[in-house]
Amino acid sequence: MMSVASSTTQSVAAAAGWKSRLHFFWYLTRRSPLTLVGAVIILMVIVMIVAAPLIAPYNPDKLMLSARLQPPSALHWFGTDEVGRDLFSRIIYGSRASCVAAFMIVLISVSIGVVIGCMSAILGGRIDTAIMRLMDVIMALPALVLAMALAAALGPSLVNSMLAVAMVRIPAYVRLARGQTLSLRERVFVKAARTFGASPLYILRWHVLPNAMSPIIVQATLDLGGIVLIAAALSFIGLGAQPPTSEWGALVSTGRNYILDQWWYCTFPGLAILITAMGCNLLGDGIRDMLDPRLGGR
Amino acid sequence: MMVAASEILKPTGQKPAALTIDGLSLEFPTYAGAIKALDDVTIEIGASEIVGLVGESGCGKSVTTMAATRLLPEGRYRVTAGSIRLFGRDPFAMDETELQDVRGKLVSTIFQEPMSALNPTIRIGRQLVGVIQRHEAVSEAEAERTARGILKDMLIAEPERIMRAYPFELSGGMRQRVLIAMAFSCNPGLIIADEPTTALDVTVQAVILRLILDRAKRTGTSVVFISHNIAVVSQLCDRLYVMYAGRIVESGPTRAVLEAPQHPYTQALLRCLPERVEPKAELEAIPGTVPNLLDPPPGCFYRPRCPEANDQCFAKPPSMAPAPDHIVACWRRETIQPSIKASEATQ
Repeated sequence: MMSVASSTTQSVAAAAGWKSRLHFFWYLTRRSPLTLVGAVIILMVIVMIVAAPLIAPYNPDKLMLSARLQPPSALHWFGTDEVGRDLFSRIIYGSRASCVAAFMIVLISVSIGVVIGCMSAILGGRIDTAIMRLMDVIMALPALVLAMALAAALGPSLVNSMLAVAMVRIPAYVRLARGQTLSLRERVFVKAARTFGASPLYILRWHVLPNAMSPIIVQATLDLGGIVLIAAALSFIGLGAQPPTSEWGALVSTGRNYILDQWWYCTFPGLAILITAMGCNLLGDGIRDMLDPRLGGR
Repeated sequence: MMVAASEILKPTGQKPAALTIDGLSLEFPTYAGAIKALDDVTIEIGASEIVGLVGESGCGKSVTTMAATRLLPEGRYRVTAGSIRLFGRDPFAMDETELQDVRGKLVSTIFQEPMSALNPTIRIGRQLVGVIQRHEAVSEAEAERTARGILKDMLIAEPERIMRAYPFELSGGMRQRVLIAMAFSCNPGLIIADEPTTALDVTVQAVILRLILDRAKRTGTSVVFISHNIAVVSQLCDRLYVMYAGRIVESGPTRAVLEAPQHPYTQALLRCLPERVEPKAELEAIPGTVPNLLDPPPGCFYRPRCPEANDQCFAKPPSMAPAPDHIVACWRRETIQPSIKASEATQ
């Protein structure tokens, strides 16, 4: 019954153009206010990334030794660090390193994972087995530990830590894409496409991928929050962004030295990480409900 | 420009048969042994001929046609005897690209589940244009024009609107029309209609069948109707093949087969038709079940269910022999000619 109702709303939305489609999404959002909260958080983060120079009151790298370790005030909202840099500005600019890194990690692992997963499903046989067992090995190791080992092996830098985390996340997408491809391959429209002479690549591009995308998108948004955390964690232990680059995890790490007397130093970057990760998870949950009417029809 | 498939494939100047299957035996190896799906199946579908393939579920109707276009999963089956000629060419001698060129261009299939045979994420128009552009070197605009034309031929009132729609917006009957349009879009020489109306309301069945038949007659396309409903097929087809447990048991012109069915199985099938039963009278069913094809019984496969079986039927499977106006595979027909019996005996 739920799915019937939702497919009617969908068809109504599709028939009356973008305006009513917007309305449809608004309706879905209103049904779960938490999704809206998530969306607003992510929107704010995006604005922060794009318009950092406009929002930040100070140059994030400018030293002001006369104003070292100032508590939060009207002048410095989040206080200053040990060399007098404005923490608010550093957090704003830090979003560029932290969130762009997280986004790139998801992008890399989704694209590589989906390609490997689809190939694995299509090639089948021993190649499939070999790929999937390798993925099992990667998944068997704790993600953070493996990412740490990889990042350390590659040498500490933001790009290397990104690659390390992406590597660790790939197996999840490989399994998802492979499962989707295997089940879609048995669907009648894929068989029908074969009888009309479609090549395997055409079928993959036009019949498998579009239908496999929605669980992958959901997984990616849900992952984003966790990846923000892992990326920050790597920077925290010194394997990610290197000074003087401003990055949330690195800020918390330095702030740790002052945690007893200057509480604001690691609190605000920590809050930034927390809120962003939470926003990603809330939005991810919401998107999952939207894309799967059976779950969303509460 | 669009060229009819039959015109390309005319090396000798005369139309070759669309599909010739000669003594095809095919099995699926499994852990428990080989499932003998087809046994000595011989079928010929002439150019512009409408042929019916009738039998109950699992008797090998679909396997036969899928073998002809090599759509069975590669490596999972074995052809043990016989040959296939698709417009004079051997599908087993073609490589994958050639097969892809043949599918959709020379042979198209109409499926039994219109609800799931269209990709839910792509608009109808895009899917139609995709098939046309796969086989014809035409521009996008021209392909769209062709698609609109065929949809109109399928009695779809507003082709533009349908082409912009997604499959979920259409009814089952509409989707089946779209799929028929797709099957005909590249002017194939042969259409395999695999139970095209099974999933549809009775009210639209006749319309859908008419659409296929009319279009095929007009374009000179051969059609194989696969069905378990002998009544539906009998109204459409020039000739009929009745299959049982992977073997052809009776074949001939529709009229001859229906009016004077020779094989006990065909006779039983006809007795099972609700249309032929008096109101309130009990519907007949064929007693027994189809044989297990992993370990088929010796002799005639229908023998365990056959009321007329005798010792001869145990000994060896009957081969096709002439009956009045058609041929039948049954030992119990008096009409079996001595000469054929003799040749059987020497084998």
